[in-house]
Amino acid sequence: MAFSDDDIRKLAYLARLELTDQEVQTLGPQLERILGFVEQLAELDTEGVEPMTTALDVNNRWIADVVQPGLSREQALANAPLADDECFLVPPVLPS
Amino acid sequence: MSDRRDADGRYPFKTVIGLEVHAQLRTASKLFCRCSTQFGSAPNTQVCPVCLGLPGALPVMNEHAIELAITTGLALNCDIPSVTKWDRKQYFYPDLPKGYQISQFDMPICAEGYLDIPDPADEGETRRIGLFRAHLEEDAGKSMHDEAAGRDHSRIDLNRCGTPLLEIVSKPEMFSAAEARSYLTELKLLLTHLGVSDCEMQEGSLRVDANVNLHIEKDGKRIATPIVEVKNMNSFRAVERAIQYEAERQYQEWEDTGNTIETVSKRTFGWNDATEETFVQREKEESADYRYFPDPDLVPVHLPKERIEAAREAMGELPAATRERFQTQYELKAYDADVIVNQGPAMVTYFETAATASKDPKRTSSWIQQDVMRTLKERQEEIGAFPVSAETLGQLLGEVRAGRLDNNRARDVFQHLLTHGGSVEQATAALGIEAVDDSELDALCDELLAENPQVVQHVQGGKPQAVGALIGKAKQKNPNINPGQLRETLLAKIAAM
Repeated sequence: MAFSDDDIRKLAYLARLELTDQEVQTLGPQLERILGFVEQLAELDTEGVEPMTTALDVNNRWIADVVQPGLSREQALANAPLADDECFLVPPVLPS
Repeated sequence: MSDRRDADGRYPFKTVIGLEVHAQLRTASKLFCRCSTQFGSAPNTQVCPVCLGLPGALPVMNEHAIELAITTGLALNCDIPSVTKWDRKQYFYPDLPKGYQISQFDMPICAEGYLDIPDPADEGETRRIGLFRAHLEEDAGKSMHDEAAGRDHSRIDLNRCGTPLLEIVSKPEMFSAAEARSYLTELKLLLTHLGVSDCEMQEGSLRVDANVNLHIEKDGKRIATPIVEVKNMNSFRAVERAIQYEAERQYQEWEDTGNTIETVSKRTFGWNDATEETFVQREKEESADYRYFPDPDLVPVHLPKERIEAAREAMGELPAATRERFQTQYELKAYDADVIVNQGPAMVTYFETAATASKDPKRTSSWIQQDVMRTLKERQEEIGAFPVSAETLGQLLGEVRAGRLDNNRARDVFQHLLTHGGSVEQATAALGIEAVDDSELDALCDELLAENPQVVQHVQGGKPQAVGALIGKAKQKNPNINPGQLRETLLAKIAAM
């Protein structure tokens, strides 16, 4: 499967990665090799095989709806790059 | 005929509306962690490593959220597939710390269904609105762009992040703003009736997005205008107004630009409640590339038939069925049944309790619609906090039915109960209303007939309504006298003369 530079840039944009032209050139062939490897699976005949939703042999791991204490606000905000005494602070979401 | 223009020189067109409703489910804890879902708490006090998206934290499903979704799906006539699974929807927004939302892509918990809604154009008739699906997903946090943050930052509160949402997606089968409103009203009634959601638009526990476009008939062809998704509507009225506004705006845009669904892709508009206008939020929708894939942190959900059937059993009677039953069991008119049922489950219980106690459902219905609902409106109260209990109202109306109180006296008692509380007996005693015993009534009638021989003559002459003249006189002599009983006794006495 061939990747154009635009494909790589679009993928990078969707993942919010900033790539230099050099990186685009390096990543293209790498991604092609990865996809080529996975594509080997296409050789298998999957006619009549149910799609698999998980590799685990378990279902229905759920828990009762009972509130448990979480983190204190101090703990929650402790590792934030920027916070005031109540909230996380991020660059403005809407331009003013 | 299809391309005949109207008086304004416009081609005939139909507004086509599909609604996406996000309802917060009424769980105590979040969808994938055990943090509280309580609304209105101080920012970032209901968070943990899972909903903060900290590395290594693992989500665990909330069983009750699954149950509520199944119940809702059944009430919406949806198929509940035996397997459902979780997918990651990737997008970047500061109120979504993981960088993806856990949602459902190709195997939603509720598959196709429908909702019957009262037809706003034809009283007593219903319209069936198809549903594509209803799926579970986690809510995002809240971004605040207020003074406290200044212009340099937005503030993020993640308390809401991870709260369970059920997204109910209708087919584009509503053709007027009034139908959209009727759909929302019926859906809200159903969700509150089932107790699965509070549906408080002001608190964000019910959110509505409307997909709107027009089908214009021109020269025998149908032209579809570009689809617009309207967001940020904070009331049903706003939804109705936004759709009306969009229909006009889209017709104008089509006339001005000739844009159609083929030439312009879907756009996102906001709604400004103050100016009552829609405005562009996203001009060209990036062909949404959310790169869904199954969430490897969660296992699929298998729902055995027995579990689904148990939920169906536990669901009880739905509002549409209650409307029908009120007409057969209590012989209410369709309109009256509608008014009471639309007030919600608390009013349904109130009515049934009062009607049973009074043994007079029609009178109870009319008192509830007039006296009770008017009072609730004046006091801005809910029926749950109403000072006159259903049993008390039923007892009072039972007195009216038995002829021991007339309607006006009953209103006095009702007012007294509203202000002072207590029982019907206490209220009547406090108001000096006393039952008039038979001998008293007898004596009063003899007196009246002796004083008014002309009335006796008129009645004997074939005009029983003539006794009406004596009722006012009787009231002057004894204000507690019951007009119904008085009339009967007078006529009986005259007949026996």
